[in-house]
Amino acid sequence: MSRIVFLEERCKGCGLCVAACPVHILRPSGRFNRHGYELMEMAGTCTGCASCAIMCPDVAIRVFRSVKPRENAA
Amino acid sequence: MPTQNLEEQLRPAAGEKLVFDTNPVLSERLTHYCPGCHHGIAHRLVGETLHELGVASRTILVASVGCATFTYDYFSVDGLEAPHGRACAVATGVRRARPEAVVFTYQGDGDMAAIGMAESLHAANRGEKITSIFINNTVYGMTGGQMAPTTLLGQKTTTTRDGRCMEREGGPIHLAEIMAGLDGVAFAARCALDSVQHVREAKKAMRTAFEVQIEGLGYGFLELLSGCPTNWHMDPVAASKRIAEAMIPVFPLGVFKNKRTEQSSQSGKVHHA
Amino acid sequence: MSTEQRILIKGNEAVAFGAVDAGLRCYFGYPITPQNEIPEALSTLLPERGGQFVQAESEVAAVNMLLGAAACGVPSMTSSSGCGLSLMQEGISYMAGSHIPGVLVNMQRGGPGLGDIGPSQGDYFQAVKGGGHGDHRNLVLAPATAQECYDCMFRALALAFKYANPVLVLGDAIVGQIKEPVRRVPPADAVSEKTLAALAAPWRMEGYGKRGPDAQPRLLKSVYLAEGALAERNRLLAQKYAAMQAECAWECTDVEDATLVVVAFGSVARIARSTIRRLRAEGVRVGLFRPLTLFPFPAEALLALLPGRRFLVMEQNLGQMVEDVRLALFGQPGVTPATVQWHGIMPGLFVNADDLREPMLQALKEAF
Repeated sequence: MSRIVFLEERCKGCGLCVAACPVHILRPSGRFNRHGYELMEMAGTCTGCASCAIMCPDVAIRVFRSVKPRENAA
Repeated sequence: MPTQNLEEQLRPAAGEKLVFDTNPVLSERLTHYCPGCHHGIAHRLVGETLHELGVASRTILVASVGCATFTYDYFSVDGLEAPHGRACAVATGVRRARPEAVVFTYQGDGDMAAIGMAESLHAANRGEKITSIFINNTVYGMTGGQMAPTTLLGQKTTTTRDGRCMEREGGPIHLAEIMAGLDGVAFAARCALDSVQHVREAKKAMRTAFEVQIEGLGYGFLELLSGCPTNWHMDPVAASKRIAEAMIPVFPLGVFKNKRTEQSSQSGKVHHA
Repeated sequence: MSTEQRILIKGNEAVAFGAVDAGLRCYFGYPITPQNEIPEALSTLLPERGGQFVQAESEVAAVNMLLGAAACGVPSMTSSSGCGLSLMQEGISYMAGSHIPGVLVNMQRGGPGLGDIGPSQGDYFQAVKGGGHGDHRNLVLAPATAQECYDCMFRALALAFKYANPVLVLGDAIVGQIKEPVRRVPPADAVSEKTLAALAAPWRMEGYGKRGPDAQPRLLKSVYLAEGALAERNRLLAQKYAAMQAECAWECTDVEDATLVVVAFGSVARIARSTIRRLRAEGVRVGLFRPLTLFPFPAEALLALLPGRRFLVMEQNLGQMVEDVRLALFGQPGVTPATVQWHGIMPGLFVNADDLREPMLQALKEAF
């Protein structure tokens, strides 16, 4: 399964990632970072498309994509 | 509040690959921009482009005045401050003094299309080997939401309380089209930062805007339609929607001039970048 | 017989020759009378030497191009006159605030406003008190002859790089337009291009790759928003302006036995010198003190002349340098309002040595 990592202290809680996700698995988490911004969270199966990261103005998202076994072996 | 164990989370597990990361040209410093401001996306595209072209070590950034004043804090390249509107003149001096350098300006709409219109157009017309990234968000951001030369007709700002009016303030300036009409311009395009697809197109156009400079073809210009949630009094998602629904119909996207391909379209038949 | 070759050129052309001989690489300017021979000469001289000449779209653009090129540590200049210098004040202030060594030549014309294209010294305050916004100072040199125009371009570039600060060469329509023999030989204190480059090495814009693989990016700027940061910046600037006092230069002629010392610079000084020569022939004990730097103003040298002498400031404006002369002597024992007299020549007039005779004799009468 692919996954994303939020760099929580970079997040400004703008929610552009939530709107960008084509499979609608991102949502506000109810948790806040030190700056007082609400963090987002992932709930569902990530496709690793990186749409959220592309729209993030604060480069606060890293995307890990699961690779096919034969690529992995190479 | 538990602290995030980033180190562990950022370690790729077996069978996964990091496919989206920051790049070494972007400084790690958090920007001063408001939540949802598209400057951050534009910055990332600039950083990625300089990194991919392998030119950061010989790049000189000429910053402007406005929200983008502190651009130099966010790129790991040599940076120089320019007075309000004069970035293209300063960049001209830099490029003439350092012909081997890659020189770019990063300017907002007030800076480039109002106070700096003369310097911008003449640098472009001379075909200075520089690249300008032009952020069009239809408003003065840093000073608190006054009318910009790009403000849409009817748009309310702190200096056009009833909305911008053609009879009183004139209409929004279409800088990409104006630039395309100048002989020294090698590349002029307008992209938007409101959607994944548009950001991808912007990235491609940005690369070309730098390549024409590096190849010595002339001036590279990229206009980016950007959101300013704070001064539009909207949440960031609504701001992106406004770009699609209100700005793009007025400011059509496309490549208006490209000396690399000699595809030129100024008659409304636009090619996507 | 002298083997030294001389060329007959205008002061403006001497500026251009002096600048390229001193190592100028970039020129940016916008046409304005009475200094057009400077860009015209440099438009061929610079490209011949691999330099850059750009005719800018305005003085605003020209000064900012200068800011950009000078920030790269490359010897660069612009030139203009009155109205143009007003437009350049923005860039001058930014260069001062960012420690950038731009050289600017002002061949003054009559003002205010569009004025005329005749001689004037009406831009004295603008040049020596900063001129732009914020607290800043320019080093100001005042040539009076075509030869001095040539020589002072070496000094202007050297000082600009030494202090990383704007330097103004303040001439006028007479200094720029007069045609005189000039020895095209670098002055004794000329600084090599290598020295200029070494002075710029710690701060110039170049791309960090030029400084080795682990080099840090650089930033040149004038904005300091953090609490206390701008105060610190201004303290640094104040120290720099204080250090510039070491650059004071002046010339004294016939002052030893003089009871009246005329204080004048630029074209007025050379006209006054002719008058003084004639009066001396008649036994009148009058001399000349000519500041060669207007900022820093050679106040101490003037003060040294005070005992037993009175001063007459002659300048082509409504009274500007006279304030610096009065300030230099302020509070000294025996100084009265009569100690410093003033004779103004209206901007727009061409005066000759005869015109200055009566004012000098009158001042002698009033002083004693």
